[in-house]
Amino acid sequence: MIEVQGISKSFGAVRALDGVGFSAKDGRITGLLGPNGAGKSTCLRILSTVLLPDLGSARVGGIDLKTSPLAARRVLGVLPHSSGLYQQLTGRENIEYYGRLHGLGEDLLAKRVDALIERLELGAIANRKAKGFSQGERTKIALARALVHDPQHLLLDEPTNGLDVMATRHLRDWLRELRGQGRCVLLSSHVMQEVEALVDELVIIAAGKVTLTGSPAELAQRFPGHSLEEIFVEAVRRAERSAA
Amino acid sequence: MSVILTVCRKEILETLRERRTLMSLLLGPLFGPVLFTVLINVMISRNLSSIDEVLEVPILGAEHAPNLIAHLRARSIEPLAQHDVKDVDAAAELVATGKYDVVLVIDDKFDMDFGTQRAARVALVFDRSKSRAASRVSRLRGALDGYDRTIGTLRLVANGVDPSLLRPLVVDELDVSTPASRSALMLGVLTYFLLFATLTGGLHLAIDTTAGERERKSLEPLLTLPVARSHLLIGKMLATVCYMLSSLALTLVAFTIALKQMPLEQIGMSSTFGFATAVVAFLLLAPFAPLGSALMTTVASFTKTYREAQTYLTLVLLIPTLPLAFATMLNIEPAPKLMWIPSLSQHLLVTTLIKDQPLSPLFVALSVGSTLVFGALLAALAIRLYRREAILG
Repeated sequence: MIEVQGISKSFGAVRALDGVGFSAKDGRITGLLGPNGAGKSTCLRILSTVLLPDLGSARVGGIDLKTSPLAARRVLGVLPHSSGLYQQLTGRENIEYYGRLHGLGEDLLAKRVDALIERLELGAIANRKAKGFSQGERTKIALARALVHDPQHLLLDEPTNGLDVMATRHLRDWLRELRGQGRCVLLSSHVMQEVEALVDELVIIAAGKVTLTGSPAELAQRFPGHSLEEIFVEAVRRAERSAA
Repeated sequence: MSVILTVCRKEILETLRERRTLMSLLLGPLFGPVLFTVLINVMISRNLSSIDEVLEVPILGAEHAPNLIAHLRARSIEPLAQHDVKDVDAAAELVATGKYDVVLVIDDKFDMDFGTQRAARVALVFDRSKSRAASRVSRLRGALDGYDRTIGTLRLVANGVDPSLLRPLVVDELDVSTPASRSALMLGVLTYFLLFATLTGGLHLAIDTTAGERERKSLEPLLTLPVARSHLLIGKMLATVCYMLSSLALTLVAFTIALKQMPLEQIGMSSTFGFATAVVAFLLLAPFAPLGSALMTTVASFTKTYREAQTYLTLVLLIPTLPLAFATMLNIEPAPKLMWIPSLSQHLLVTTLIKDQPLSPLFVALSVGSTLVFGALLAALAIRLYRREAILG
């Protein structure tokens, strides 16, 4: 369970987030949707504890991010916007490095890494240097890396970016599987079509504010006759008008 | 602790796999010793070569002074058989253009004036600004002065005068420098190379693990791990120190081998630089590595890209070498008040070691202690910088 309450964050004169609040439940996939520059990345960076909010609070699995960031990081897996793999290390070594930094013992680590490599079908690239990986391969390894410590919560920043159709389908399957295991999955995207088939909850964010929340079915009921895409575009337009 | 070692091991492994970086790390330490060997050999050969080899000099008017020519020949100075010197002006021009180093012009009236009241004249044409020619000029000059003295003495004796009347003052020189202390000036340059090699050995890692990691976007996910930032940074600085110490050790080995091949004894110097000395020098210089690592990491923390960090660090590399330059120029002697200055203290201690003089335990303690303290302070500063949000760029 991820709970965000009244978070604000400014970079100099730019107000990236202005009182954002929402929650993402366990066993659900929550989509943080918004146009470029809406504050999605900033929000995920605050949740992954690399940034501190100016105002407001956030909790992951009941752990306050401000007071105990280290404990929160133990229950969080993060797939950042850029995979950030080490080019000179093999796929397996990249995953192992994070496992060791999470404090996993060598036996448990080997077991986890083997299981992830098998499940994500990484056998062909696990022992190759990351230097020559395709975008899809990078995302796979980065996802395995984010899952190596078996976190209850998963944050994914635009995970489908740059993936081809097949890789996107695979990613969706894995995310559904993780949801089935009762995990809390929070992902961001700026394209409604990419996530409407996947997410259980939508949090639409524009100009640093949450403008609309609800499941796709609820939203369709509230705005009959409109596609989710149209609802999204209209919500964003309204938020940007009131901010200007 | 295990976090620090995990980070350190990964950074070392990753750099080991970059073949180009590794090559430059291995070749860098060889640059100093090779340059040093070439310089010293050139210096020695320039000072020595002329003593035994035949010096051929264009001499104009040799026919006027057969005895002088015989005197010169006895000192291996031969008149050049073929030359295009017509007069003093032509000689001046040929020397100025660099065709000859030195030309001797014997006056037309030399044979007439020689042995009369009037002094016989010769002209020595040379260019003082050409250091290459200096030893040849002074050799020819010395031979001419010798001829002058010999003939003068013979004439006094022939007239029944004691030649010692003309030498009221005799200066005896007593040089107390030992061969080892004389070579120290030249070998003082050695500490410069050693400190420089130590710093450059860690340059790539200091940048790659900080600015490089940020540029490649691998820093942000790293910071989402349940690990203190201080531990991450200490692990990175430790990896940098490992490479710096390897570079220092390689340079010392290369120097030890190079110095063994150098003809230092030929110019009255003896180098006591053996493997035992190299080990002591390594221990004296080693505390400089953590300081350099922390300094480079701190500077790299301010920069956004690898390239930017490289630009700043090239300048920063000059800072630790400044005290060294002053010490060599001003001929500074070791003193307690200087021993707390990093790089200067290492220079003074290693120079003492090369001079084969006893090392003061107090000086060693001051140097090691203060260098490590400065290193710790800079490391603390680097960690502080890493706690800022701006570190993500």
